[in-house]
Amino acid sequence: MSDTGHHAMWEKLNMDLEAHDGLLEVLGKFYGDIFLSQENRLTGAEYLDFVLSEVHGLRIRELQDAKAQGRKVIGSFCVFVPEEITLAADAIHVGLCAGAEAGSDLAEQLVPRNTCALIKSFIGFKMAKLCPYIESSDMIVGETTCDGKKKAYEAFNEIAPTYVMEVPQTKSTAARDLWKAEVVRYMKAVEGMTGCTITAEKLKEGILIANGKRRALQRLTALRAASPAPISGRDALLVNQISFYDDPVRFTAKINELCDELEERIAAGGGVAPADTPRLLLSGCPMAVPNWKLPYVVESSGAVIVGEESCIGTRNSRDLVDESGETLEAMIDAIADRYMKIDCACFTPNDERLGNIADLAKMLKADGVIHYSLLFCQPYTHEALKVDKALQAAGIPMLSIETDYSMEDVEQLKTRVEAFVETLA
Amino acid sequence: MILGLDIGSRSIELVALIGGEVVVSRKLPTTFSPLDQCSRLLDGLRPASLVGTGYGRNLIQRLALDCEYSTITEIKAHALGAAHLFPEAGTVLDIGGQDTKAMSLANGRVLKFEMNDRCAAGTGKFLEYTAGVFQIPVEEFGPYALKGENPPEISSICTVFAETEATSLMARGESPEAIALGLHKAIVKRTANMLRRVGLKFPMVFTGGVANNPCVLRLLAQAVNGEIGRDILIPDNPDHMGALGAALHRHNGNAVRGA
Repeated sequence: MSDTGHHAMWEKLNMDLEAHDGLLEVLGKFYGDIFLSQENRLTGAEYLDFVLSEVHGLRIRELQDAKAQGRKVIGSFCVFVPEEITLAADAIHVGLCAGAEAGSDLAEQLVPRNTCALIKSFIGFKMAKLCPYIESSDMIVGETTCDGKKKAYEAFNEIAPTYVMEVPQTKSTAARDLWKAEVVRYMKAVEGMTGCTITAEKLKEGILIANGKRRALQRLTALRAASPAPISGRDALLVNQISFYDDPVRFTAKINELCDELEERIAAGGGVAPADTPRLLLSGCPMAVPNWKLPYVVESSGAVIVGEESCIGTRNSRDLVDESGETLEAMIDAIADRYMKIDCACFTPNDERLGNIADLAKMLKADGVIHYSLLFCQPYTHEALKVDKALQAAGIPMLSIETDYSMEDVEQLKTRVEAFVETLA
Repeated sequence: MILGLDIGSRSIELVALIGGEVVVSRKLPTTFSPLDQCSRLLDGLRPASLVGTGYGRNLIQRLALDCEYSTITEIKAHALGAAHLFPEAGTVLDIGGQDTKAMSLANGRVLKFEMNDRCAAGTGKFLEYTAGVFQIPVEEFGPYALKGENPPEISSICTVFAETEATSLMARGESPEAIALGLHKAIVKRTANMLRRVGLKFPMVFTGGVANNPCVLRLLAQAVNGEIGRDILIPDNPDHMGALGAALHRHNGNAVRGA
């Protein structure tokens, strides 16, 4: 996926060059099969291809150059870590690698075997020295979402110092107060680490940049309501995945360009699949790069994906931070409020998610929903049952899938997904 | 002539229709050369159309066919076959070689379905594997288990662990027939749960090779509180339901897709 010109940089980052080359080779082939083989792709997809091809290359070089100029890099695993604050301190906010089976066997030395693939993956990437983002990070931020992650960060902290934010488990007033205190604590920690004082002016800028990114993603979501579907689910997922890696201002500009192209295509009645193709909404656990297994299976089974109700999807882009605050205090309140709207399955109760899924399915004119849970992910496997009931009441068919990053169940998944699509046709 | 070809993990079935009537039914074990077995099944037939189903359905692309062809999933195929023979069917249960599937039907269409996970727990493979412990062929395993009384609880649903459990029960002096009955109970318990999840409605049609096992049938009737012949219906050739449904799909005038 990347040329060998980056080897010296990777070596400096103390990565395992041989294993990393192997990973990039597999990924490159995978990417070709899943993405480059698609028909009717947008011209704007060139940007996606380029970012992905250089995700461990040029982008890491940019991070190294920024670091050489004194800027700091903050790596996180979750949409609860407020990017606005990172940006206000002139630091760079990136997502860390967690979407491949790399190093999972090593990870089992630190976490139990029955741990979800995402957790095993980020630990595995670190232990196997395969993630240049972790190695470039000046601060790694974890969060107390599910039990799996909470305990995993304790273990992870021993190999990579991890700052942990306490995400509350309910949406009570007390929980909101706790979360606001956590936002302030994070701000202080970022100020301490970067040596930068966050002013109202800087925080405002951070809010506008993060909101700009969300607005571009919202625009993309809305355009996908068109029939025929103007963009494949795979490319749209890629857009969401890249939103965690690329420079936010560049990303926003590029995605808005892509949306301009989509508008033209929609006006001309064009699409990636015929108008009678069954339209599916994916809902559930996040799909981190390069976890493209299920979208590929779905779109090879005669259906098209029109939305992703997940952290690498609408859960990350649906809500904006209120931009009217002028004081630091008002902006911190606005940030705290915005993040408390996230309908993550770690909350109890989390009933708003049920309505959000049904609303999104209707808005996108989805014929059905595929609920995706990672094996051993308690919060989302529990909610799969609730979502099924709620969607049944709303008259929307749902298929529940539980899987992980391995390829051993691809044939079984194909049968399930094809059979589900047959019931919709 | 329209052919339905159900390429399963254990066996391949073929059904030929002319004017909607079954004129040929054939079956062979899958073996390690399913393509050769398919060719053997097709020998002497000159179909106008072929519909593949089963987990090996996409293999038909590699058969040198000079007719149109398409595929449907085994879920849809079993539902079509069962609903054709029993139009009043509310539920279909198919226990095959490596999958167990439960489907709820409305007017012959699949409303909801469940399948076992990636492993072979609770499938025909489970029975075949555990029958091996008793050194009897799988066809005789059901009648053998029916002779058992007071079955011990087999707690494992994993095929490999269930074998271990059966072996240690034998070492404890449990009668082999009772252990065999316990193993059948374990698979039925799992199946009944799957049926409840799709919303079991009688009459239920039981298809797939395991429908020939009298012990599974009797235990299942008890577990779901249904009467065999009224609530639980077994086709004459339960293992040919997938192939029949596949052929019916084309016979019913569905366009050829994926050819």
